[in-house]
Amino acid sequence: MSRTSTTTRDRVRDGLGQDADRPDGTPKVTGAFAFSSDLHARGMLWGRTLRSPHPAARIVSIDTSAAEAMAGVTTVVTAADVPGKATYGLEHADQPVFASEVVRYQGEPIAAVAAEHPELAVRAIEAIEVTYEVLEPVTDPERAMEAEPIHPDGNVFRHLPLRHGDIEATGEVVVEGTYEVGMQDQAFMGPESGLAIPADDGGVELYMSTQWLHVDRDQVAACLALPPDQVRMTLAGVGGAFGAREDVSLQVHVCLLALRTGRPVKMLYSREESFFGHVHRHPARMWFRHHADRDGHLVKVEARLVLDGGAYASTSSAVIANAVCFAGGPYRVANAHIHGYAVRTNNPPCGAMRGFGVVQSCYGHESQMDKLADALGMDPVELRLKNALKPGDELITGQIITGTAPVREVIEAAVAHPLPPEPSDDDPAIALPGGAGLTAERSDVHRGVGFGVGIKNLMFSEGFDDYSTAGVLLELDGHGQPIATVHCASAEVGQGFVTLAQQITRERLEVEQVMLRPADTAIGSAGSTSASRQTWMSGGAVELACDAVREALFERAVAHGHLALDDAEHPLFDLRDGQVVEVGGSGSIPLVDLLEEGPIERTEVHRHAPTDPLDQDGQGNAHVSFAFAAHRAVVDVDPDLGVVRVVQVATGQDVGRALNPRAVVGQIEGGIAQGVGLAVMEEIVLDDGRVRNPSFTDYLIPTALDMPEVLATVIEQPEPGAPFGAKGVGEPPTISSTPAVTAAVRAATGLELPRVPIHPEDIALASAHDG
Amino acid sequence: MPIARPTDLDGALASLSEVPSAHLLAGGTDAMVEITFDQRRPEHIIALRRLPELRGHRVDDDELTFGAMLTYTQMERDLATVAPGLAMAARTVGSPQIRNAGTVGGNLGTASPAGDTLPWLLALDAQVELRSVRGPRQLPLADFITGPKQTARQPDELITAVRVPRVEGPQHVAKLGPRNAMVISVAMAAVIVDTTNRRVRTALGSVGPRPIRASDAEQQVSDAIDWDELTCPDEAIARFADACRDASQPISDHRSTADYRRHAVGVLAARSLRRCLAT
Repeated sequence: MSRTSTTTRDRVRDGLGQDADRPDGTPKVTGAFAFSSDLHARGMLWGRTLRSPHPAARIVSIDTSAAEAMAGVTTVVTAADVPGKATYGLEHADQPVFASEVVRYQGEPIAAVAAEHPELAVRAIEAIEVTYEVLEPVTDPERAMEAEPIHPDGNVFRHLPLRHGDIEATGEVVVEGTYEVGMQDQAFMGPESGLAIPADDGGVELYMSTQWLHVDRDQVAACLALPPDQVRMTLAGVGGAFGAREDVSLQVHVCLLALRTGRPVKMLYSREESFFGHVHRHPARMWFRHHADRDGHLVKVEARLVLDGGAYASTSSAVIANAVCFAGGPYRVANAHIHGYAVRTNNPPCGAMRGFGVVQSCYGHESQMDKLADALGMDPVELRLKNALKPGDELITGQIITGTAPVREVIEAAVAHPLPPEPSDDDPAIALPGGAGLTAERSDVHRGVGFGVGIKNLMFSEGFDDYSTAGVLLELDGHGQPIATVHCASAEVGQGFVTLAQQITRERLEVEQVMLRPADTAIGSAGSTSASRQTWMSGGAVELACDAVREALFERAVAHGHLALDDAEHPLFDLRDGQVVEVGGSGSIPLVDLLEEGPIERTEVHRHAPTDPLDQDGQGNAHVSFAFAAHRAVVDVDPDLGVVRVVQVATGQDVGRALNPRAVVGQIEGGIAQGVGLAVMEEIVLDDGRVRNPSFTDYLIPTALDMPEVLATVIEQPEPGAPFGAKGVGEPPTISSTPAVTAAVRAATGLELPRVPIHPEDIALASAHDG
Repeated sequence: MPIARPTDLDGALASLSEVPSAHLLAGGTDAMVEITFDQRRPEHIIALRRLPELRGHRVDDDELTFGAMLTYTQMERDLATVAPGLAMAARTVGSPQIRNAGTVGGNLGTASPAGDTLPWLLALDAQVELRSVRGPRQLPLADFITGPKQTARQPDELITAVRVPRVEGPQHVAKLGPRNAMVISVAMAAVIVDTTNRRVRTALGSVGPRPIRASDAEQQVSDAIDWDELTCPDEAIARFADACRDASQPISDHRSTADYRRHAVGVLAARSLRRCLAT
């Protein structure tokens, strides 16, 4: 990785800006790390969910008597046993804990059992007799908008119009296109799992791999008719998330089973069940019309975006807002007219996934930018540079960018990387498209280069009260050395917040020993680990808590007369080399002496600057901050067989400041892997609402042999208002890598390819017909 | 669930004779997936790992014998010279862990239309050796596989080995999937330019209910090849590709379409033949 950097500071070992090791790194590599699937409690039962085989049906009857009569089956629960609210949901509580009258997607939960053995639980599920009246599923979102409501709340989750500038404006050069995005899965490695333990006070303790403990807790409590403080959650080891753990999956079920049986209950989805147990990325059908003048300045963007939200709302209304707000891309667009629809169908529910609505529209607008460059006879990179946003520019939402916007810089950094060596007959056969299958020789392969640029909003938008809470305890350990303990409910899902919390605390308190308490609901919410927000939000909360501890140290120093104060009215203090020192003065006192009086603990809440809702024209200061990335992809394509090998992805990414450069590169590489996956293989195949490939045998994600070389440059321009100047880095790599790869495949084949993922037949059969 | 762990072939055959419904466990790379997906609930298992008679391979002057427990890793590593096509096919299977566990006997026993070693074995007229307490018998592979995941193995029979004639000449196996590794094939072609018998042998995978021997294609192209120079006119190679397409009986499913499979298997066959002739 190369860096265009402003500052580095190495005052503290493994402080900010350094490649500090993950505290969970060694245990994860050696297999000692306890994931949620490893949870165990003495005497625990195993829970299992009965799911609908039909995407749409009326439930005529449910007979659980045979299952209940089975030896070793402790309880069977259905909708009738839910003591509180019958539904849950992140934005609208429209999803039943258990379906009771109708099922709206394949895999919708109908009942759950607890049994002495996981196999018994499977047998018990099979013994439940459900009679369905099967209905014709509504699976086309365009049709769903006109169809009879699938749900009392209607079939349109949100229609968001956006009108900006002169919507009648036209350009001299106009290009138009319709694009589709298939349903991508987050494909995390650790399937959903949790352990619920009934508590003496009538409440329940839930250990769970999740992205947002407090919102889980509130939904569980409401459904169980418990006060929130009687649902106590602790984060269990998370094996990846990418958005799929933001919604409730088994949380309510497992707690209900534990409370009913009075025993600990564990639930662990199989890989197949996991595909039915979490939301996916919204499939999209998108029409765009771009207008530009002869010189290539964008005049207007028109778009109609239809996102298939599946059966329940989840976060659809926020996803469509992102798709609409950023449909213009990271470009100056004076005029825009966009309509976005998130629609309910009988397909699997869709919600959060890395990139959150922007992945879809970026694929559309970047395809359009290439089409426009072609129509103008202009280099696609030059066209993008000509229109690149910069600080002070206005977005199509009317919001002015007040922070950093190094769009030009990320583009220039991406294209500055060297191209891979020209293909040669000496290349190993396994490195050609088709890989280990040895399907091609060098002469069968065409190379292509493509480009993409993206913008992503950081943190929650549209007026959401977005905050995080952190506590820091500073005390002496058994050897009289200072030790800090950080407490924050921020879910570590693999991104490295645990490392960052240690780095911040080391840096601010100058202590080497930093411990982390488990993330739990004993402290206030940290918000969701999503939207590229935890470095800013919870990093900021840890910083505030550290600063409050520092202040308390300084007060203690003054109150006890440890410091020989000079005459200044407001003396300034600092922590240096284990001493509290008076800035510009001579006084100092060792930290350990101050802590002999007792520990210091402070808890602080951090909020980002408030945002506004969008108005009826999709206008408003709805977003906090923006991050940008550019990707250049080089691919080898075998047109006769339609298979692709992505050779290299070069990127420039706006990160504000790289607080842990190694972790930043990890996010960049992982995000690109997911973007490559969407471009050339990852898709949940649906047939009339039914998932055809719920396994890693058939839902394909890139292997090491599919992963390109990644060349990354991070652009470090500290973001005003961001703790330590750092922007979130998790989402941008996923967003514009997909259109870059697609553009490269188009360049290699000359085909239009208006849909991702590109399947081999899309290339091979088109090439065959052309040929 | 009783698990028998016989330590020799006779012990295994006796166990199987007692419980013919027992599931035979070799590398477990198919069985464990089926059990995990709850598609199979074996009542009895007979584990074959300890049988010395089923391990290894033998190279004779006129034939090659592969023990049923020969793993993909062993094929890839030990047979690259005497059976290069089989080594190529083995390399395409799953991950290194899967290749360490999975066996040729398992590939035969499962008899998937996408079984990766099957086209090469079929092209070489492989003979499957079976044994029960009643005695041994052998079946041509073409007769052994009777349908998708269906074989002529009797419940009390064990696959002990598979044999192919030893032939000279270049060979190539090409497997196509939408990912560069660890993928189930959507089309496969095995081509052996058998200079011993001056005939091209070819079989196709994943384009029909069973692996398909492309006999007409073989016949046509064998007549067109100059066997002294090992060259073939382009038109004949194109006809060979078309004849392989004609021989295929692909379906559309969630992995691919019939049209694409038919198109692709011709490309694979032609390219494989070209590679053989070029060497």
